[in-house]
Amino acid sequence: MKKSMTLPTYDSLKVGDEIPAMISPPVSRHTLALYCGASGDHNPIHVDIDFAKSSGLDDVIAHGMLSAGYLGRMLTNWVPQSAIRNWKNRFTAMTLIGDSVTCSGKIVEKFEKDGEKFIRLELQTNTLQAQTIVAEVVVVLA
Amino acid sequence: MIDKKHIGYEFPPVTVPVEEWRLKFLAKSLGETRGIYSDPDAAKAAGLPGLLAPPTFPFMLEIDALDLEKFMSLLGESLEKLLHGEENFSYYAPIYAGDKITVRKTITDIVDKKEGTLQFVISDNTFTNQDGIVVAETRTNYVFRHQ
Repeated sequence: MKKSMTLPTYDSLKVGDEIPAMISPPVSRHTLALYCGASGDHNPIHVDIDFAKSSGLDDVIAHGMLSAGYLGRMLTNWVPQSAIRNWKNRFTAMTLIGDSVTCSGKIVEKFEKDGEKFIRLELQTNTLQAQTIVAEVVVVLA
Repeated sequence: MIDKKHIGYEFPPVTVPVEEWRLKFLAKSLGETRGIYSDPDAAKAAGLPGLLAPPTFPFMLEIDALDLEKFMSLLGESLEKLLHGEENFSYYAPIYAGDKITVRKTITDIVDKKEGTLQFVISDNTFTNQDGIVVAETRTNYVFRHQ
């Protein structure tokens, strides 16, 4: 499959640059049912409103890893997946039914180590109410 | 409160097959339509041995290998209190459909926060493929809300 993806290069990027952002469709109960089955994360808090209420919530909440999955799509739209060396996600707020997840990222550091060139990015996901993931990722570039 | 005696607990290793239908299903659930993630023929045409597992996939192997109910009873906790705090990945090699991945999971720390109203259970996880190559490592922070 040919794709007209222009690979970013180490020299073409600078600290402060933003990578192309992405926004998900609104998260529906159907989205969460599909993700429950596909991901294997069967915690009922994501699909069973009765269970969610017994946990003290008003409704089901999205899987944090669903939003991380959207971040992953944004990243692999930008660089090939093999460029990703490590990725740290901190889940900072809940994503609710109807929320769209906005993914964004910017370059915070460029460094060279052991003959390889690395870019460190800060990523985040946001809903209208809150920042839901704060992430840091390191990619290797030519 | 979760007993700190569980620090150092190693779960028995579990080997999980990476199935093509599952990666297709996962792509669908994430709205991922690119061929290397969703179309086996396109993945082969791109020179890959099979569908490529996306970067969040090691977490899914981790939960495949872990019986949540058994995990809760080990800790003496209930699922109602559980939230996902952090998920960190290190990548060493790709995972493809057809691989068989062995998941090794160890509880490496239990930390009290906010005067014990929150507890973090940290686990470190290693993913090794059928050729003995460590393809990824993850660190998971399970958050328990005690009130």
